[in-house]
Amino acid sequence: MAFENLADRLQATFKKIRGKGKVSEADVKEMTREIRLALLEADVNFKVVKDFINRVKERAIGQEVLKSLTPGQQVIKVVQDELTELMGGEQSKITLASKPPTVIMLVGLQGAGKTTTTGKLANYLRKQYNKNPLLVAADVYRPAAIKQLQTLGKQLSMPVFSLGEQANPVDIAKQGLEQAKADHNDVVFIDTAGRLHIDENMMEELQNIEAAIKPDEIFLVVDAMTGQDAVNVAENFSERLDLTGVVLTKLDGDTRGGAALSVKAVTGKPIKFAATGEKLDALEPFYPDRMASRILGMGDVLTLIEKA
Amino acid sequence: TKTRNSVASKVNNLVKRYRKVDEEFFEELEDILIGADVGVTTVMDIVERLKDEARTRNIKDTEALREVIAEVLADMLTKSEEETSLKMNENGLTVYLFVGVNGVGKTTTIGKLANRFKNEGKKVLLAAGDTFRAGAIEQLEIWGERAGVDVIKHQEGSDPAAVVFDAVAAAKSRGVDILICDTAGRLQNKVNLMKELEKVKRVISRELPDAPHEVLLALDATTGQNALSQAKTFGEATDVTGIVLTKLDGTAKGGIVFAIRNELDLPVKLVTLGEGIDDIQPFDADAFVYGLFGD
Ligand SMILES: Nc1nc2c(ncn2[C@@H]2O[C@H](COP(=O)(O)OP(=O)(O)OP(=O)(O)O)[C@@H](O)[C@H]2O)c(=O)[nH]1
Ligand SMILES: Nc1nc2c(ncn2[C@@H]2O[C@H](COP(=O)(O)OP(=O)(O)OP(=O)(O)O)[C@@H](O)[C@H]2O)c(=O)[nH]1
Ligand SMILES: [Mg+2]
Ligand SMILES: [Mg+2]
Repeated sequence: MAFENLADRLQATFKKIRGKGKVSEADVKEMTREIRLALLEADVNFKVVKDFINRVKERAIGQEVLKSLTPGQQVIKVVQDELTELMGGEQSKITLASKPPTVIMLVGLQGAGKTTTTGKLANYLRKQYNKNPLLVAADVYRPAAIKQLQTLGKQLSMPVFSLGEQANPVDIAKQGLEQAKADHNDVVFIDTAGRLHIDENMMEELQNIEAAIKPDEIFLVVDAMTGQDAVNVAENFSERLDLTGVVLTKLDGDTRGGAALSVKAVTGKPIKFAATGEKLDALEPFYPDRMASRILGMGDVLTLIEKA
Repeated sequence: TKTRNSVASKVNNLVKRYRKVDEEFFEELEDILIGADVGVTTVMDIVERLKDEARTRNIKDTEALREVIAEVLADMLTKSEEETSLKMNENGLTVYLFVGVNGVGKTTTIGKLANRFKNEGKKVLLAAGDTFRAGAIEQLEIWGERAGVDVIKHQEGSDPAAVVFDAVAAAKSRGVDILICDTAGRLQNKVNLMKELEKVKRVISRELPDAPHEVLLALDATTGQNALSQAKTFGEATDVTGIVLTKLDGTAKGGIVFAIRNELDLPVKLVTLGEGIDDIQPFDADAFVYGLFGD
């Protein structure tokens, strides 16, 4: 790999242009090619990349940019801005019900991080909003899924509601909600089993849970390492359920996380949280601008531009 | 072979729309491969290879290139039968170590493998080397029950190397054929956790020369380009001998294994296709390539 990030790549392109003193159509093509490559290497879905490139083309290679003293950085700034915009611009907050309890349901593929995120979000709401959550174990399929949530509940000293593995997840969710009302828990988390977006029965189960307890938030939990398939996953979950947001997990890794862009583009729903570790305090609000820099592989681009 | 023909038929649609082997045809092929997570660099390599073939064989229409595409792709992933099957210690204990990032399917795959070996009449033992994640030990125990094999465990929070040490000793004294060691999921950029894994492997090697006979990296087929970094780093830390590609029952294609093969020469040995105990298969390059061109 010759260049680590888009900044270096575009810089190299512009150096060539400088030498010639004039921008040709081929130069423009090369620039968009570099942007395309950077996004694809970051796992942004190729269809999303296509749309994106079309959008930034006009702006990024407009006359002012090309005539500026630092065209490379200007182009990056445009790309960065557009990415940030695409991921929701501003940071997006959690919705709390005006009349408690607030019901929050977590859904997603197998192993994405739902159960762990349930524990983290509960911890977060208690710390930040002084809430008193109940965790509901609605995964009756994965071996030891209930035990996993109970262990997290113990670590957090928080109650966990379970009806064992023989019960129906819809019943578990309903009774869990009743229990919360009786015990005055002001937030209820429903941890659901991981499932494939193409699994008809399992997706229907989620719809039934949704209908039964009418959650205030339904978070799609997405592994930040997800590749091109993120769009299919997001599309299917979003068609079936009234998703309200996305939680991106495993961002403590070295993945670029282009899936964030794909998921946002497909669902239109804000990414509300970033999970950054296995411990129960490893959860942060999601910042679109930081994610944009990460996808482009240049965490320091903003400071770079500020100096220029 | 039959599968290759069907792979070719999947490229049909493409072939129908582009009669001539030209730039546009290759661009569309590129999109298909990129959409399967093959990765830009490897896709360009593949397309170069195809262009070369087309030139040397003087292939002008797409119809004729169909076969070649399937062939070239499948050949990239296979070298020999031997290489894709699991290594066995013919005279005594065989040890397999599972490694990988979080949530990819290590524990589940171990359960399935244990069951398969048990059914083949082997004596199998499992080591609960994930002492970190909530419920990990219980999860492996349930798989042990399902497969009807014993699990060596310590308490949550204990040293995984000590668990594995005990497991090797138990396997020896019980005359076990195959010991499979689970480990906690970890992201490859966590230096301390990777060191811990090196230690686990070292303990196995010290207690039994030539072991572990396989270090299997579980890779989630849904993963994008980061999988290459996973294969590199886990490879350096633990001398990974093969890949288990999991969750191929979804819509993700797992195309990143081309890059892994290309750059690191690591073979895929097993694929998994579901959460059931039988949802595991040896890797079949033809079938895999077929999947790439699926909807
Ligand atoms: N490094 C890291 N690991 C995480 C993060 N979130 C979850 N994990 C790990 O990912 C693995 C899977 O997490 P779970 O919470 O069990 O995922 P899940 O979606 O509930 O899985 P299923 O219920 O099997 O579908 C575990 O090893 C977690 O510790 C994160 O943000 N960073
Ligand atoms: N659809 C599908 N799901 C799978 C497959 N293999 C494993 N899973 C599911 O993926 C989730 C994670 O599997 P685990 O075996 O716990 O993964 P792990 O790598 O041991 O996870 P950690 O120990 O937390 O790092 C579980 O919900 C499994 O049921 C597969 O081939 N297909
Ligand atoms: Mg779970
Ligand atoms: Mg595990």
